[in-house]
Amino acid sequence: MNWFLLKGLLRDRSRSLFPIIVTVMGVFITVFLYSFIKGEMTDIINTNAHFYTGHLKVVTNAYKEQIDQAPNDLALLEVSELQTRLEQAFPEIQWTPRIMFGGLIDIPDENGETRSQGPAAGMAVDLLHRSSGEVDRLDIRNSLVQGRLPEKPFEILVSENFAQKLEVDIGNQATLISSGMYGGMAMQNFKVVGTVHFGVQAMDRGGMIADISGIQTALNMDDGAGEILGFFKDGRYEENRATAVVQKFGSLPLSGDDAFAPTIMKLSEQNDLGSMLQMVDYISGIIVGIFVVVMSIVLWNTGLMGTLRRYGEYGVRLAIGEDKGHIYRTMIAESMMIGFVGSVIGTALGLAASYYMQAHGVNVEEMMSSSSMLMPNVIKARVTVTSYYIGFFPGFLATTIGSMIAGLGIYKRETASLFKELEVQ
Amino acid sequence: MRYLTIALSILLVIPVMGLAQTPTGAEILRRIDENQSAENMIVTSTMVIHGRRASRSVTAKSWIQGTEKSFTEYLSPAREAGTKMLKLEDELWMYSPQTDRTIRIAGHMLRQSVMGSDLSYEDMMEDPKLQNMYSAEVVGEEEFNGRSCWVVELTATQDDIAYHSRRIWVDTDRMIALKENRYAKSGKLLKTAEIREVMRQDGRWYPKNVIFKDALSQGEGTEYIIESIEFNADIPEYIFTKASLRR
Repeated sequence: MNWFLLKGLLRDRSRSLFPIIVTVMGVFITVFLYSFIKGEMTDIINTNAHFYTGHLKVVTNAYKEQIDQAPNDLALLEVSELQTRLEQAFPEIQWTPRIMFGGLIDIPDENGETRSQGPAAGMAVDLLHRSSGEVDRLDIRNSLVQGRLPEKPFEILVSENFAQKLEVDIGNQATLISSGMYGGMAMQNFKVVGTVHFGVQAMDRGGMIADISGIQTALNMDDGAGEILGFFKDGRYEENRATAVVQKFGSLPLSGDDAFAPTIMKLSEQNDLGSMLQMVDYISGIIVGIFVVVMSIVLWNTGLMGTLRRYGEYGVRLAIGEDKGHIYRTMIAESMMIGFVGSVIGTALGLAASYYMQAHGVNVEEMMSSSSMLMPNVIKARVTVTSYYIGFFPGFLATTIGSMIAGLGIYKRETASLFKELEVQ
Repeated sequence: MRYLTIALSILLVIPVMGLAQTPTGAEILRRIDENQSAENMIVTSTMVIHGRRASRSVTAKSWIQGTEKSFTEYLSPAREAGTKMLKLEDELWMYSPQTDRTIRIAGHMLRQSVMGSDLSYEDMMEDPKLQNMYSAEVVGEEEFNGRSCWVVELTATQDDIAYHSRRIWVDTDRMIALKENRYAKSGKLLKTAEIREVMRQDGRWYPKNVIFKDALSQGEGTEYIIESIEFNADIPEYIFTKASLRR
């Protein structure tokens, strides 16, 4: 029976070609869009986590209130002890202190006076201890354009764009002018040992990376840090795990209501990343929903056209005594075959395009040139297990549903008027 | 008829008397500037900066010549001692002994806080003569801290002024602004200043203790206390050179 139907579909391509093309296109778009959005969102979240939010972040209550300004006068103190206690309480998390700071970078001429200068957004991380994992986390080694990694506290990396703007070369001195932890003026000489291109416009515009010990000295922050970032050791952020950590942190004697007591934040509570995570789920649902509804309508219409075209055939089949239910079932079986073939081809094409975009991506650096949003310059797709089935089932379902609706017309045919209709034809 | 004439005369004369007593905005600015500016002066001051974590004091000595030149050396605390600033017209230079660098402060850096206080470099750079920057209009009369004051609204006459408008409460007797609110062009309040103590020196009324508050920060404000002031002192010209920064 099925073989008979399949042969019919293969021989009479007008029955199968258009529905298959429609299904292929719908499934292709679903798979590709899902993978692309998933990739973009995952990249944005990872970039934010690595550069700013961590999977978890510990700051003081007062710092949290003004976190957008990274107020180092409200920073954590006795950070070494706090870090040890966090490591003991949460061994599954790697904790690392950071200082975000702003200021002016000034490059001297041969007389020690200002040759060039520009505002810098700096990040102090633990670069000198390999165990901190910061060099790998920020992918600094691969981001190096010139020079080498800092090996001493007063050696820094600046972004390649910033270095070009300030006309600074490797080995040049650079003076940071900023505010110290207690409000005083902070001026410190550093040696530029390398330039980096992070591939993140917000960092590449005026970024500077220094070892935390040098910045602690410069900003008068002895054993202080603005933030302690926590990263799950397996590298994966999961909301449930992060929530459990936050709950456990609240029960530790570390926390409190005092302005300078430590408090903890999840990734999803920072930089609107929580709504972004939710958006990924919503968008995936919306794509599938729209696909099923729209494709069902399109394929219903296709089915109606097919039914009209095969009006005579169904009439003859009814006239020679074939049961209406049987005709209806064969129609649905045919559409299931079409749906299966269309969904397989659409999924294969969607995966191929997604894998290509996963490898190469789209460069949006030009579009992001004035953006302050922390997102990678190259947006890449990400193929997940879901990519393999997210288009297949809706494609299969929409074809079948479309056929089921269109085929209902068979039941409206009256046997008594069949011969009259056939005579006319 | 005679009574009516007298009544009308009184009604006409009273407002004229009132107007005669209230000087114009321009006159008030001129008298404030006379009070507060001098050919040159040497000032020793202390800033008490009240942060959320702690308060700290910074002492400095400044040599000021007219509206164009000033030189400041920070005397304490130890971390800031020896830091010097030189203002020459619209340029600001800074020297720090820790880095042995002379750095020009310009652009967005001028909006940064000086030594963590509620004052910015821009505040330090601005022309001390209000007449040169603002037009003024007297909008009322109020009492502030028990003193009768004229309320004067100032509007910038140039585009490159740090504060587009100000509202000042000027002591009617001593011609000194006891309270001041400084606004952005949008009307947003940026900074407030209140004089807590006034001193009399060389026939002038001068603020002795002022508390500045940056309305955009959550700090407790900065007290600016004049320890000593010498008007029309002899200041050698070499003070106002970049070479003196490294001395």
